[in-house]
Amino acid sequence: MPLLELQINGVSRRLDVDPERSLLSVLRDDLDLTGAKYGCGEGQCGACTVLVDDRPTRSCLTKVASVAGRPLITIEGLERSGQLHPVQKAFAEADAMQCGYCTPGMIMESVALLRRQADPAAPEIVHALEGHICRCGTYDRIVRAVRRAAEATKGGTG
Amino acid sequence: MSGAPPPSGDRLTLEPERYELAAGPAYRFDVDRREFVKLLGGGLVVMVAAAAAPAQESGARGGGAGSPPREIAAWLHVAADGTVTAYTGKVEFGQDIRTSLTQAVADELRAPLPSIRLVMGDTDLTPFDQGTFGSRTTPFMAAQLRQVAAAARETLLDLAVAKWSVDRSALDAREGEVVHAPSGRALRFGELTQGQALVRTVAADPSPTPVSRWTVAGRSIPKVNARDIVTGRHRYTSDLTRPGLWHGRVLRPPAIGATLVSLDASGVDTKRVSVVHDGDFVGVSAPTAAEAALAAGQLKADWKTSPQPSDGQIFEYLKKTPPETRDGDGRGAGAQVSGSVAQARAAAPLRLEQSYTVAYIAHAPLEPRAALAEWRDGKLTVWTGTQRPFGVRTELAEAFRLSEEKVRVIVPDTGAGYGGKHTGEAAIEAARLARAAGHPVKLVWTREEEFAWAYFRPAGVIDVKSGARADGTLTAWEFHTYNCGASGIRTPYDVANQTVQFHPVRSPLRQGSYRALAATANHFARETHMDEVARAAGVDALEMRRRNLKDARVRAVLDAAAERFGWPPSRTPARGYGLAAGTEKGSYLATGAEVSIEPGGGVRVRRLVTAFECGAVVNPDHLRNQVEGAMVQGLGGALFEAVRFEDGLITTDRFSRYRVPRFSDVPELDVVLVDRPDLPSAGAGETPLVCVAPAIGNAIFDATGTRLRSLPLVPSGLPK
Repeated sequence: MPLLELQINGVSRRLDVDPERSLLSVLRDDLDLTGAKYGCGEGQCGACTVLVDDRPTRSCLTKVASVAGRPLITIEGLERSGQLHPVQKAFAEADAMQCGYCTPGMIMESVALLRRQADPAAPEIVHALEGHICRCGTYDRIVRAVRRAAEATKGGTG
Repeated sequence: MSGAPPPSGDRLTLEPERYELAAGPAYRFDVDRREFVKLLGGGLVVMVAAAAAPAQESGARGGGAGSPPREIAAWLHVAADGTVTAYTGKVEFGQDIRTSLTQAVADELRAPLPSIRLVMGDTDLTPFDQGTFGSRTTPFMAAQLRQVAAAARETLLDLAVAKWSVDRSALDAREGEVVHAPSGRALRFGELTQGQALVRTVAADPSPTPVSRWTVAGRSIPKVNARDIVTGRHRYTSDLTRPGLWHGRVLRPPAIGATLVSLDASGVDTKRVSVVHDGDFVGVSAPTAAEAALAAGQLKADWKTSPQPSDGQIFEYLKKTPPETRDGDGRGAGAQVSGSVAQARAAAPLRLEQSYTVAYIAHAPLEPRAALAEWRDGKLTVWTGTQRPFGVRTELAEAFRLSEEKVRVIVPDTGAGYGGKHTGEAAIEAARLARAAGHPVKLVWTREEEFAWAYFRPAGVIDVKSGARADGTLTAWEFHTYNCGASGIRTPYDVANQTVQFHPVRSPLRQGSYRALAATANHFARETHMDEVARAAGVDALEMRRRNLKDARVRAVLDAAAERFGWPPSRTPARGYGLAAGTEKGSYLATGAEVSIEPGGGVRVRRLVTAFECGAVVNPDHLRNQVEGAMVQGLGGALFEAVRFEDGLITTDRFSRYRVPRFSDVPELDVVLVDRPDLPSAGAGETPLVCVAPAIGNAIFDATGTRLRSLPLVPSGLPK
């Protein structure tokens, strides 16, 4: 099999994998990047969300070959020299989680939203996150966390 | 029990919840504590004997007869460097008990929060625990950890007395130090142990710090491991790996009740893949998950199916199926009777009789069942997300004919359960595959497996007959619950003549515990019926409840909810308003709902107000989070969640077919916390769910005049 080159969190990785496999399985099983979660395998829950070219992408439905050479960001790539990303910080401070299993996907989707739109109103956040499930029901807190991150990064970069 | 008056205490004793209290283990082997202490190295170990622990938590084996087991309820270690490690058999599933229990330890020990680590749900390290369910962590485990932490604090004070030869009353423990104010001397807790290995076993002395002296507990403190969650660093079971790990896959039957006739595995490359065929169990494991999935698809199995009921007939099925007998213990067999319902109804000007139903629903935790099993030197270690680590240890020991000391179950903080992860099927499957493969095996159930092969919240039928005076004062109450359980079956309203009975039934689907259990179904039936009586009497819903209610705690939350909600509400076209109240597991609550009827017949819940009282509040923000989460989860079961099945096949086997609440479904949520620092803290992870459905159903009636008596209320909009 030809080697695939993936650009993950700023690092280039060459992998000998079946190009038909899902990006999620390669991240988790081959690269031990387990922040992106399996929740449904059909793009319904959003737990597997990563950024491809800055776009939120369901890694469970994405063939690994289709993202070769494109910049990928996972939850593990948000921290910068020990500093949490403002969205991560806001989720922690707003206690926008219970079991936390959906949290990485929620954070990645929110990071993408704030990159497109620096100051989204609550209905816009709801719209952007509608494809994510939090079975613990912390939806309200997640909306508040995203608002908090938007406030914190006003005038800055997200 | 027939003929006996209903108990006057808080708890109905019809039966302990049948879907939660699994029998205790047949054998329980004491951990060798000398070995354990050696592992810990220097420092101070304090253990609290379990004698004073509540029976539910110490888990008296074999049904509770006899003297309490000679056991340790809790232990705690203060290391020479001051690190405190507390050990509890409870597990973290999103209830935020890792945080609240850490707060309790910090409070009693007078140690800074960051110096405390909690080891949870590890059968080799933590004291025996029956499981994390029934909202018992806060009332019981927090009390046990407070005891052990208080004993450790007193021991540290003793050490300082001996070291400094000072009067004990002049010493104070605070912020991880013992301080002698008169001389200005202070020593860190760890320094006081001087590298010795000290072990103290103390008899339980329940004199915990009164709420008025709580310093850490009682406050909102963010989740102690929030950073690990938001960075993706926390490892759930499904994220774990081991050297030489293989991946497992189980071949599921085509329908419930199917048995395996034959298996042809000749298509599988057995040089790369391990195949297990053991009774009806068929599974494979391979070096990669992809190979395992491929191999499972190459198996040719022949199954024999048998006729199974479908969801359309389930309620008649439950009513006509003869009662299940339970080991001759009679639980659930008798009715609770006081006075004469028949006579009271005959004399009552208002008589109602209605039937209510609830569907099976799925827990659908976002992390499906997962387990990683490893055999080494005859010992089996399994990491798995279960609410009953010791129960799963027993299941594994029985499945593999091992003594329990040869089995270790470790529960990483888990991607939720809601009562759905009491059992060890994934653990047993992974262990069976690992034994055959000669490799550690990780098995992560697919979403389809989780929906189809886990267990469900039971479906049920509830028949209610009532009699009331013209002003809505109840005189007769008859309440029969079929299948779904006895939790919350007893009415908090004062009715002189009552018959209350739970009828166990053999369920065609696998069923079990679910957050709040049958209290949701029983509250739905009762509080809907209360609304029907109020309407028949022409009495306001709040006034009618108050008229029948003596219980001061229910009244208090009802009044608090009504006040925040603004009851009675002013009329708005296409809007409706409903109330419900109740009590369960030591907590008290009332919920007000506002709904709107959308063009096209859709129902939208606009606002939910819940007043909640669970004694002294330990962590207000996390309590709020639990109440909000329970309301959102309750919304799903109230409006649209239902497991559909046809000929033994679960047809709602993925999120695209089983609708759960999403962002846009969430109404305005308003939580009124009624703090009672004078009362012991009760658990709060479950009960806030139970009034959501009846409040919404009553609001829909208010808006439309249509009475809905089945959960879910509006799976596809209002009935035409």
